[in-house]
Amino acid sequence: MRKTFASGNMAIAEAAIVAGLKFYAGYPITPSSEIMEYLAEHLPGQGGIVIQMEDEIASINAIIGASWAGAKAMTATSGPGLSLMAEGIGLAVMSETPIVIVDVMRAGPSTGVPTKTTQADVFQVRWLTHGDYIIPSYIPWSVQEAYDLTIKAFNTAEKLRTPVILLSDAVIAHLWEPLVIYERGEVEIIERRKPTSKDNYKPYMPGDDLIPPMACFGEGYNVLVESLTHDERGYYAPTNTYHKNSVLRLMLKIVKNISYVYEQETYMVDDAEVLLVSYGSTARTVYAAIRELRRRGVKAGMLRPKTLWPLDEERIYNSVSSRIDRVIVVENNMGKLFLDMKRIFRDREVYSAPVLSLELPTVKEVIEAVEQWL
Amino acid sequence: MVVTPRYIHQLDKHLRLDRIPTLYCPGCGLGIGLGAMLRALDKRISEGAVDRNKVVWVGGIGCSARMAFYVSYDSAHVLHGRAIPFATGVKLANPELTLIVVGGDGDIAGIGGNHLLHAAKRNIDMITVMFTNFVYAMTGGQVAPTTPLGVKTTTTPHGNPEPPLNIIKVVASLNANYVARASVTTPHYIEQFFYRALGMKGFRFIEVVSTCPEVYGRRIGLGDPVEMYNELKKRVKYKPNPTIDEALIDWEKGIIIGEFMVRDNPSYLEIIRGLK
Repeated sequence: MRKTFASGNMAIAEAAIVAGLKFYAGYPITPSSEIMEYLAEHLPGQGGIVIQMEDEIASINAIIGASWAGAKAMTATSGPGLSLMAEGIGLAVMSETPIVIVDVMRAGPSTGVPTKTTQADVFQVRWLTHGDYIIPSYIPWSVQEAYDLTIKAFNTAEKLRTPVILLSDAVIAHLWEPLVIYERGEVEIIERRKPTSKDNYKPYMPGDDLIPPMACFGEGYNVLVESLTHDERGYYAPTNTYHKNSVLRLMLKIVKNISYVYEQETYMVDDAEVLLVSYGSTARTVYAAIRELRRRGVKAGMLRPKTLWPLDEERIYNSVSSRIDRVIVVENNMGKLFLDMKRIFRDREVYSAPVLSLELPTVKEVIEAVEQWL
Repeated sequence: MVVTPRYIHQLDKHLRLDRIPTLYCPGCGLGIGLGAMLRALDKRISEGAVDRNKVVWVGGIGCSARMAFYVSYDSAHVLHGRAIPFATGVKLANPELTLIVVGGDGDIAGIGGNHLLHAAKRNIDMITVMFTNFVYAMTGGQVAPTTPLGVKTTTTPHGNPEPPLNIIKVVASLNANYVARASVTTPHYIEQFFYRALGMKGFRFIEVVSTCPEVYGRRIGLGDPVEMYNELKKRVKYKPNPTIDEALIDWEKGIIIGEFMVRDNPSYLEIIRGLK
């Protein structure tokens, strides 16, 4: 364990190394580029490879290939690049490939404002590719949490054989804060479960936990990576039975592990009458805002999901007391998580308080956005 | 009924027999191409030069790409156009593996064209075999990067307004170590070139001219598989050491096959090992 001073992008790169990253493929894009630059400097010394591919499509497909060759693999990008990765992320879902994708949010739509932040891509990571699926997504609010949740992202990917997204933003990316870096052995690192026998091995035959043990290329298993809807062997199976079974299992394997995947923090909720829900960089300001509101006599608390998708709806609902009768969702977009909170807190008044700001919103801006609902 | 696979043909051990027959149409040239590739691979394996457990086949989407899942090897049937970057990740993460990418010209040179350019530029250690049948076959006969000028396809009903892509010239202009062309009418050359490629390093590219009587042949008056095969055979000419300028496929003037580029440039893996 050592203490240092680092940016969010550096923290993500350091965490990936301790998690066991061995292959990074990426394409430069603001505000994520420092992750690749840092890894290009440091990963080769750890026995890993960093390659700058011709585009984000190549990057996502290269890390999927690397994962099947047995390496922990990652890429990092921002909204425009993530849009290009959409199809590849679907391949990782379908082929149950553990990979980590870092999305450092900037302002959109389109090229937008590359150097500034928003939180407008929270639904992009949720519904990026076509079909039915759940992709676990983590959203840090500090440099230390960017580090911790990157390790968690790798662990989730390996444990559940799934792509995982770390949803950072331009504020966290370039924010410098104290950071505690761990050595291997000081933090839990999960490795994918391997098959125990070559006899009759089927690459998509799940265990009781719904997750198939994963053999990799070169190990003598005749592995088959398949993008088509497939049976346990990986053979194309265009029937209702296989389609239903496969879609259900791919979603259930995440849902059944929700207590592992989902994390949240609550602040000053015990006596609160108003709950502010916020996440990522915006939650930093909302945390300051609830203290300011309390000074003004408003009993405010905060709920901050660290896992954005999937939400543990039961846990969220049960984590606030019956005293809270109104919920205000503060986010740096036009109101996205609000839609889920409205459903989860169906017996409370739920309001959306969008703060559209290219910078970290100020306490004044947050209070202006929420006070009409107080 | 469950059919238990039995090895009858000498290449059966290379195939997932429970997936045979293939979906290829009667008269399709792809089976000839795959057979020739497997004979070369079989030879390399029996000579001890290639470990069959360290071979990975990667295909994108299309008739040709499906070869990847008919063979009884580690294999991947991935996204349309993305076989090469997938294979790049595999090779770099485990350099022990032998990477074979198979695909049609739409998959490799059309939607995947940018990846082909960069793989050749990097001289990344893998073999790409591109089957040129002049058409998007699996989707029903749309125009392809290699469709000759003027040919009527389902998406160019008034004739193809674009001259075809000369892919040999493109790949040879980059840093690939091996660039060759054979035809399904000359399976011995497919076998010979693929055998040679298996013994080399860096990016190796083989174009195989193939026949699609069903959705291309019928468009040019050659819907009969034997007739189409014979017409292609008439036009194919092997040349030792052909020049790049002779690489343009011209149905009227003939199709030159041969080894257009053989060299020993440092491969991507060799270079990064030197930089570390």
